[in-house]
Amino acid sequence: MKPAPFEYARPSDLGEVCAMLAAGDDARIIAGGQSLVPLMAMRLARPKRLIDIARISDLAFVRHDNDCVAIGATTRQCVLEGDAIVRAAVPLLAKIMPFVGHAAIRSRGTIGGSLVNADPAAEIPLAAVTLGATLLYRDGAASAEIAAADFFVGPMMTALPPTACLTVVRFPVWREPRIGVGFHEISVRRSDFGLAAAAAQVALDDSGFCRRVALGIGAVTGRPLRLDKAAKALEGTRAEEALVREVVLAALADVEPLSDLHASGDYRCRAAACLAVRAISDAYRVAAGNHAR
Amino acid sequence: MRVDLTVNGETHVLDLEPRMSLLDCLRERLLLTGAHAGCEHGVCGVCTVLLDGAPVRSCLMFAVQADGYEITTIEGLAPGPGELSPIQDAFCETHAMQCGYCTPAMVLTAHALLAGNPAPTGAQIVDAVSANLCRCTGYAQIVEAIALAADRMRGLNRPEDGR
Repeated sequence: MKPAPFEYARPSDLGEVCAMLAAGDDARIIAGGQSLVPLMAMRLARPKRLIDIARISDLAFVRHDNDCVAIGATTRQCVLEGDAIVRAAVPLLAKIMPFVGHAAIRSRGTIGGSLVNADPAAEIPLAAVTLGATLLYRDGAASAEIAAADFFVGPMMTALPPTACLTVVRFPVWREPRIGVGFHEISVRRSDFGLAAAAAQVALDDSGFCRRVALGIGAVTGRPLRLDKAAKALEGTRAEEALVREVVLAALADVEPLSDLHASGDYRCRAAACLAVRAISDAYRVAAGNHAR
Repeated sequence: MRVDLTVNGETHVLDLEPRMSLLDCLRERLLLTGAHAGCEHGVCGVCTVLLDGAPVRSCLMFAVQADGYEITTIEGLAPGPGELSPIQDAFCETHAMQCGYCTPAMVLTAHALLAGNPAPTGAQIVDAVSANLCRCTGYAQIVEAIALAADRMRGLNRPEDGR
């Protein structure tokens, strides 16, 4: 047995989960376990107690919620992959889903698990930051929310209080009729951790000018980054390639990239710029193919 | 702690340490050694089993999390003693293995793929087996075996084709 010994608890509701977290005892939440269990196997994580929330049924759902799609934290990735609401209303999330691990990982892994694990190369955090998602959590009896851009602090670090349980992620829905998304990632092997990634969502007006643009890059710094200045600069344009390249390079100029054995910081930045151009170009092309209703 | 595990249709009542992985439990307690131990942190895929029909890494799951699910291991795939499933048959026929270490997981991965998609494209087969490392075959015959099995299983569902 590889992990250090721990106690296992399976509380029946969120109140009980929060009470257990508040009791301390070095407790960690487990849902799908696809990020936590490898850490435990290597003893990089050695919680004294695991609180299994996978079977708390009111944490697993996908539904429309005003101008958002709300997704429960323990909704499994394989469910999101085939979900009709996600595909229609949050197309960027649907687009990145096949890149999250492999099918066998997605059958257990949850959206909340990927978010709280905060791997800099993970696709779900990138989609959340790019689209400006909001994360809701319970801490004791109190509920609170935080913007995705403020949630991720650094590699495997979030602003979530240690006694809190993530409950819901809300993705804003773009109502424009002509929307397109693009996602590109470089990894050494299929579905390995990305060395650089870029995600884009574009909405066009009737004449083919960008009405709204969202652009984010992942795996380059310690957390996913939203390139707001670049996105703003593309609004009102037809996202011509030369222009996109120019604004993306400008946006990446003062980024401090991660550098490791697998990819230098320079490489990650160069690759991210290239992938961002491709992601925007894909998004534009898809949006242009969606004619105004 | 007490856990009820349903494996290949049979329910076992076990007393387990919470930190025992489903993989270790299958191999050491139930002596189902077809699920293999490789990297034991979710990368290589040789420990793949089916949980309610979906492929999962049994090394990334504690056995205590698995109660109430229908677990299928390679031992539960053949329709009867001395017989093979169509996928196992196709693996033999196309020589889709060399050392055999990755084979049970490959067969189960193929099983889950074909259950959800009876007519996968070559790219979809490659995508599915990319989750399982094979250091011998170069994958070509494995992909061939799955395509052959898919073809045969589609035929089985359409008796009017005369198969």
